[in-house]
Amino acid sequence: MAKLYAYISHKNGVADDTALELLTAAAKIDAGASVTAIVTGSGADLDKVCQEMAASYKEVLKIDNEAMAYPNAEIIRKALVEIIKDDDIVLLPHDTFGMDLGPGLSIKTDSPFAADIVDIEGVDGSTLKLIRQEFAGQVYTHVTCDISSGAILNIRPGVCKADESKAAGGSVTETSVSADLSAGRRYLETVIPEAGDVDITKSDVLVSVGRGIEDEENIEIAQELADAMGAVVSCSRPIVDAKWLEQSRQVGTSGKTVKPKVYMAMGISGSFQHLGGIKGGFMIAVNKNPKAPIFQVANVGVVADILEFMPELTEKIGDL
Amino acid sequence: MEILVCIKRVPDNEENEIELNSAGNDIDRDDLVYSVNEWDNYAVEEAIQIVDNVGGSVTVVSIGDEEVDEVLRREMAMGAEKGIMLTDDAFEGSDGKGIATILKGVVEKGNYDLIMTGAQADEGYAQIGGMLAAMMDVPFASLVNKIEVGDKTLKIGREIEGGNQEMNEIDLPCVLSIQTGINEPRYVGIRGIRKVASVEIPEFGASDLGIDAGTIGEAAAKVKRVDYFMPDLGDGAEMLEGSTEEIIDKLIEILKANGGLS
Repeated sequence: MAKLYAYISHKNGVADDTALELLTAAAKIDAGASVTAIVTGSGADLDKVCQEMAASYKEVLKIDNEAMAYPNAEIIRKALVEIIKDDDIVLLPHDTFGMDLGPGLSIKTDSPFAADIVDIEGVDGSTLKLIRQEFAGQVYTHVTCDISSGAILNIRPGVCKADESKAAGGSVTETSVSADLSAGRRYLETVIPEAGDVDITKSDVLVSVGRGIEDEENIEIAQELADAMGAVVSCSRPIVDAKWLEQSRQVGTSGKTVKPKVYMAMGISGSFQHLGGIKGGFMIAVNKNPKAPIFQVANVGVVADILEFMPELTEKIGDL
Repeated sequence: MEILVCIKRVPDNEENEIELNSAGNDIDRDDLVYSVNEWDNYAVEEAIQIVDNVGGSVTVVSIGDEEVDEVLRREMAMGAEKGIMLTDDAFEGSDGKGIATILKGVVEKGNYDLIMTGAQADEGYAQIGGMLAAMMDVPFASLVNKIEVGDKTLKIGREIEGGNQEMNEIDLPCVLSIQTGINEPRYVGIRGIRKVASVEIPEFGASDLGIDAGTIGEAAAKVKRVDYFMPDLGDGAEMLEGSTEEIIDKLIEILKANGGLS
């Protein structure tokens, strides 16, 4: 009988938001299944997370090992390979840890791998029906996954509503790993970037620019609009990759999380990594592509070339 | 250092608006502009910079028919010494595991210290590097945004949540998947591409690589895309229409009402 497992990411004794999202995802595969949470780590923080998870998961499998104090995917993979049998299904968050772990785990467990899953339609015999996106969210796809030999499924963070019912009344079972836990990759330290010249998380209004800005010189056009509005300029990832703005101005899962009153998405297509960094506020999107995914989430949209639109808006605001 | 970089030819996301075709079962492939996957281009640049510093050579490899010749030559013009094309009807329809199996075949034909892929490509699975490393039983790191070469090891940075960087030491040989922004890929001009136009690019098929055809291709694929579609996403944004002046007047009212203008 196939088992369903969810890997619980946690930090400083607190489970990640994805922990209860995976419970929802598991119910979409099998509504009646008893889902087992796997929690790895070390010491008191681990105990705390296991207790927290037992409220939501019927079974919590705890692996306490000093080597897993920091979540090193190579080491955790060794532990999971000992637990996962035959046709078991494992759910992981599709975050920077899940991307590190999932593909290799699928090889070592001889299970298929599907990643960045945005929805699960259900199971038909041994076929799991999934929904994904391609081209940075511009199109959706139906995907089938043959689960006769299990599966490793990376679920996009934030797409499944967390199951907050906390009605499992589960229990924690401890297990140990027999494998040698030395690794070819060893964690050294986490480097936190220096604070930038401005703190975009403190601004009520952000004028945020993406690829539509086209050229480094055009950043000035966004700055002028921001100045007129009393706002701060932030950006999406490609602008930081191009070194046109500092990383401290980047909004997204790999940048800052912001919650302004008004977010002006200027020439930003709206990838999920970018949207993951915006936690509320009124969004205005301007993009010359009427099909840009940003228009699905914005409150107000304008189809226009930001290089022409922004100067006109700046001028009008200046005249007020 | 001998470095292999696995690259993919993909529709260029910047140049194309990806839309469904009229039948609604595929994307509209007419007039699509293709280029090398953006992440792969950063990987090639990084490989070239490493070789510039410590010596060795960079080989780029891609799976596909003669169409991939163009992207291989583009990356060779950047400074990759050798190109390899992997072409076989048996490769078609492979899922991620199939692609990793094919790449493992070419890795085993060489003697590479370091194998790189882009962190992800057009389909967004972010899977090939991790699968390849596990098949080869070598260490892996995803989302790499810094590499320092040491003696038999690398010191690497991984991009993790919140813009933080996770530093690791990793043994060679290994597989790294490269994140955008790790460097500034050099510009390739027409002249550069002309220079490598006559370099021979060897082609290998499944039998050349010693791959069991039953482990790759559509028949072996357990993960399959069935179709493309656009769901009904609800109303989405309220779209402002009219002349630019009218739109801006409306927008200013909206900004005032929502605290966007002080």
